[in-house]
Amino acid sequence: MQSLSNRAKKLEKKPMNFSERMYLPAIFQGLSITMRHFFKKKATIRYPEETRPMSTVWRGLHVLKRDEKGRERCTACGLCAVACPAEAITMVAGERKRGEENLYREEKYAISYEINMLRCIFCGLCEEACPKAAIFLQNDKTAPARYERDEFIYGKDRLVEPMPIENL
Amino acid sequence: MELDILLIKGLIIFAVFGITLLIATYSTYAERKVAAFIQDRVGPNRAGPLGLAQPLADAVKLFFKEEFVPANANKFLFIAGPSLAMLTACMSSAVIPFGGTLLIGGEYIHLQAIEVNIGILYVFGIVALGVYGIMIGGWASNNKFSLLGAIRAASQNISYELAMGMSIIALLLVTGTLSMRDIAAQQGQEMFGVSGMNWNIFYQPVGFLIFIICAFAETNRVPFDLPECETELVGGYHTEYSSMGMGLYLFAEYVNIFVASAVMATLYFGGYNFPFMNQLGLPHNVVTILGTVVLFAKIFFFIFFFMWVRWTLPRFRYDQLMNLGWKILIPLSILNVIVTGGAILLKAELF
Repeated sequence: MQSLSNRAKKLEKKPMNFSERMYLPAIFQGLSITMRHFFKKKATIRYPEETRPMSTVWRGLHVLKRDEKGRERCTACGLCAVACPAEAITMVAGERKRGEENLYREEKYAISYEINMLRCIFCGLCEEACPKAAIFLQNDKTAPARYERDEFIYGKDRLVEPMPIENL
Repeated sequence: MELDILLIKGLIIFAVFGITLLIATYSTYAERKVAAFIQDRVGPNRAGPLGLAQPLADAVKLFFKEEFVPANANKFLFIAGPSLAMLTACMSSAVIPFGGTLLIGGEYIHLQAIEVNIGILYVFGIVALGVYGIMIGGWASNNKFSLLGAIRAASQNISYELAMGMSIIALLLVTGTLSMRDIAAQQGQEMFGVSGMNWNIFYQPVGFLIFIICAFAETNRVPFDLPECETELVGGYHTEYSSMGMGLYLFAEYVNIFVASAVMATLYFGGYNFPFMNQLGLPHNVVTILGTVVLFAKIFFFIFFFMWVRWTLPRFRYDQLMNLGWKILIPLSILNVIVTGGAILLKAELF
């Protein structure tokens, strides 16, 4: 039959010669290959002790940043939620009260801010959409495995960057 | 005096038994490590330093599993199978000389559990009994796959025992004795001026090749592990076994490997003899202890070789197995016997 690509090779099944029928040369060849692998560097990364090096542009777990005075940058504009292709982000906006100026940077802030890590695809579009440079995907943290589904819904308690020590 | 001998013998038997079990235990660990290293992994390294407590963890796990007996199985034979496999595996190391003689208090003590003047026949008899453990276990399970595995084990062992026996006959023509102690001692003679190098491998290279192939088949190791061929037979003869029944079967395999390695080292690779053993001018006891260390080094090499081959070769097909056994190994071993006999006659004529 005509081959379609003309790349097919015609193979002949030749009867094995004496050394092939003895199997032993082939066996010793195989043994030498496995022996070479015996002394090779191991591919395993011993996980809890050592971790795989991550790229500097790795998109991992989200963080809600504070500004240099320790105030939350997020103004609950909702652009990240609109940008999110997986619809993982929900938030409730609230108005800053008098006396909270050291907590929130603008008059409007997020009362609650939740990201569902089961929906999130870690594309980083929220980071690009944010006009206030409030949300970032960290390159050194990932969302770890958990036992319950609702533990994957990260609220502000787990997303907001901890207060710098000098502002406490 | 009588009590002394009894005590010493008891001590040696106890030591040989303990060492056999210890080496078999750590063979399971070594197998996993060797497999891992050959596949560019690191192997068990969590239980204890370097994973050295892994065999203990495995044993504890097996002990705590449910001992399950299928409803329609023959309960007595179902339990007798693994017990027999383990029993026969442990029995054959009794006649292997693990060293020369120790001179203690003016008396020579042989480092061998029992001296039987038909030592090789004893080993072969026990090894041949070993297949009954697999056979009974597979049959008593009342499971088609187990039965097929058992049948395979039986026919395979019978086929390869013939070639193994013939290769041993050629060896016996060279040594002229059936006693393991004498065979080991003979190999300590001088060869080309080097003492302790009169190894039988130099007289019987083809015989050794046949013997090692048959040893792989007798211990049901890859490439001859068709009785437990999981791609065709689920688990082969131990499909229905759980808990320590399973454990005993797996353990018996490693004891068998140890015994096969020890027999190969003793029969062909000089046993406890090592080059220049009598020319170094060392005290008698030091030479003996060194010889025992050397013997164990040889045994460990063979155990490693068993594992090395396991993680290199694929399994034979069943017709290939039978072809190799009946059409190649048996004629080759008969030819080996004839050539060896002719060479001995020629040597007697010429010198």
